[in-house]
Amino acid sequence: MTQLALIIDLNICVGCSACVTSCKQWNTSGTAGPMVDENPYGAEPTGTFFNRVQTYEVGEYPKMETLHFPKSCLHCEDPPCVPVCPTGASHKRESDGIVLVDYDKCIGCKYCSWACPYGVREFDEHQKVMKKCTLCVDRIYDEKLPEAERKPACVMACPTNARLFGDVHDPESEVSVTIRESGGYQLMPEWGTQPANHYLPRRKTHTHIHEDELIRVDNPLKKEDIPKPNRDEPSLEDASSW
Amino acid sequence: MHPAFSVIFLTTLIGAGQGLFLALFIVESLSIVDILPKQTGSFYATGSLLALVFLVLGLFASFFHLGRPERAWRSATMWRTSWLSREVIMLPAFMFFLFLYMVYHYSVGDTVAVVAEHDGVRATVLAGIVGSILCVALYICTGMIYACLKFLQEWHTPYTPINYILLGMMSGFTLAAVYASLSSPQLSKFFAGWAAILIVTATIFRLASLARNKRLKHKSTIKTALGVRHTKIRQTARGAMGGSFNTREFFHGKPPEFFNAVRWFFIMCAFVVPFLILLLSSSSESFILFSIALLVQYVGLLAERWFFFAQANHPQNLYYQSIS
Repeated sequence: MTQLALIIDLNICVGCSACVTSCKQWNTSGTAGPMVDENPYGAEPTGTFFNRVQTYEVGEYPKMETLHFPKSCLHCEDPPCVPVCPTGASHKRESDGIVLVDYDKCIGCKYCSWACPYGVREFDEHQKVMKKCTLCVDRIYDEKLPEAERKPACVMACPTNARLFGDVHDPESEVSVTIRESGGYQLMPEWGTQPANHYLPRRKTHTHIHEDELIRVDNPLKKEDIPKPNRDEPSLEDASSW
Repeated sequence: MHPAFSVIFLTTLIGAGQGLFLALFIVESLSIVDILPKQTGSFYATGSLLALVFLVLGLFASFFHLGRPERAWRSATMWRTSWLSREVIMLPAFMFFLFLYMVYHYSVGDTVAVVAEHDGVRATVLAGIVGSILCVALYICTGMIYACLKFLQEWHTPYTPINYILLGMMSGFTLAAVYASLSSPQLSKFFAGWAAILIVTATIFRLASLARNKRLKHKSTIKTALGVRHTKIRQTARGAMGGSFNTREFFHGKPPEFFNAVRWFFIMCAFVVPFLILLLSSSSESFILFSIALLVQYVGLLAERWFFFAQANHPQNLYYQSIS
C-alpha cells in the first residue's frame, strides 16, 4: 500500500510562505474551480487556503527562538474527518492514501471540519463546499509534466528544500529514511489519527568539549609544570616525556 | 465552537416535537390500560399535527446549515459510519410514522378510542410503537453527532445524548401541557406534573455535565500541536492577517462575561422558572401560565444549545490563539 505524504523540516523552514502562494496559485487555477478570496484589498481580507505558515516564539527573550510552522492537511492514515461525512464526499483514496473531498458531492455541512483536530479544512464561501489540500493530486500523476516536476506545488516552490514528498509506507523511500534518521514526528499523537505527514524537529549541532580536552596533559602549548617521572619509575605513556 | 443558529433551532425544535409525540403516545398507552381517561382520536391527531409542525420547522432550519441544500439527499448514504447520516434517515422516518399516527387518529375521529372495538386504534398503537422507537433513535443520533467527536472533549461524554433526550422530552411535555390545557384540561395536570419531574431530572444531568466539563483536562496542548517541548510558546502569526475559516468556525466570538451570563441565563430560563411556574399553576391549569412556562423554557433551551456549542473547545484553536 502506498501512503503519499509531506515531510516538513522545521529546522530548515524560514517562513517565507512561498509554499502558501504556490499552493494557492496552483489550486486556484485548476479544474476544481477557484479558491475564493473575499475582500482581498480591504481591511479584513479573507480567503480559502490549503496551506498556511504560522509563526511561534519558543521560549522567552533572550533564550528564544522563532519557529515557522507550515500547516496543511496531514492525510491521516486513520482520518477522523472521513467516517463522519454523511455523503461520502470526504474520502481516503485506497491507491495512494490521499484524503480528498469530492466537491460535487459535498453538501457543505462543515461536520468534517469539526471532526478534524488540526483545523486544516477550509470552507469555500462561494462554492459552498469544504476544501482541503489534495497533495496536488492533479500534478503528481500528470504525465505531461517532466518527472522531476510531478510533486506538489508547495514542494516545488520551497526555496530551502524544507519540504519532502514521497511514500511513507515504502521503508526505503527518501521520506521514510528521513523520518527514521532525523527524528520525524506526528502532530497531536494523542488522538490516534496517525498523520501521514511528518515534521522534523529543530536540531542543533552541539560540540561537547570535555575539560580534559582543554587541559591536555601533553599539550605542548601549555606551560604548566607537569611532573615527569624518572626513567626507572612507572609511568603513564601520556605523561612521560620520552 | 461557533454556535450556528440553524443547528440551535433544528435541535431544540425537533427535540420538543419528539417530546410532544412521546407524551401523547404515553398517554394513549396508559389510557389503553385504563390508568388515564380515554381521549378522542382528534385529540391525538391535533397533537400529532402540532408535533409534526415542530419537526417540519426544525427540518426547515437545518437546511440553512447546508452550503448546498440541493444535494441534501446525498447525506443519507453514509449511515454505516456517520451519525449525521443516521440522523438524516431517522428524522424523515420518524416524521413519516408520526404522520401515519396522526392520520390513523384522524380516522378514529371524535369517538373515544377503544382498543378492541376499533381497527383504527390498533393501527395507531402500531404506528405509535414504531414511531416511539424511531423517536428515541433520533434523539440518540442527534446526541451522538456531537458525542462521537472524541477530541471535542466537552461533547465526548454519555451526558450529551442523555441531555438531548431529557431536554427534548422536558420541552415536549411542557408543550403537551399547553396543548392539553386547551383541548383536554384533565390531562394538562398529568403533563405538567411529568414536565416538572423531567425538568428536575434534566437539571441534575445538565448540572452534572457542567461539573464534568469544569474539571475537564484537555489532552491536546500547544506542545503536542507543534511537537515542541517548551513551557513558553507564544504565537506571533496565524498565517492570515484577516480572519479565516479557522478563526470564524471554531470560536463563539463573545467575551467571557457573556459566556458565563448565558450559563446562568439558561439554568434559570430552561429549568428554574418553568419548574416554578408549572408547580404553581398545577392546580389552576391555566393555559396562559403554561404558555409562559413553555416560552421561557424554549428561550432557555436556545441559550442552553448556544452554550453547548460555545463551550466546546476545539483543539484546532491551539493553532489560533491570538483570537479567543
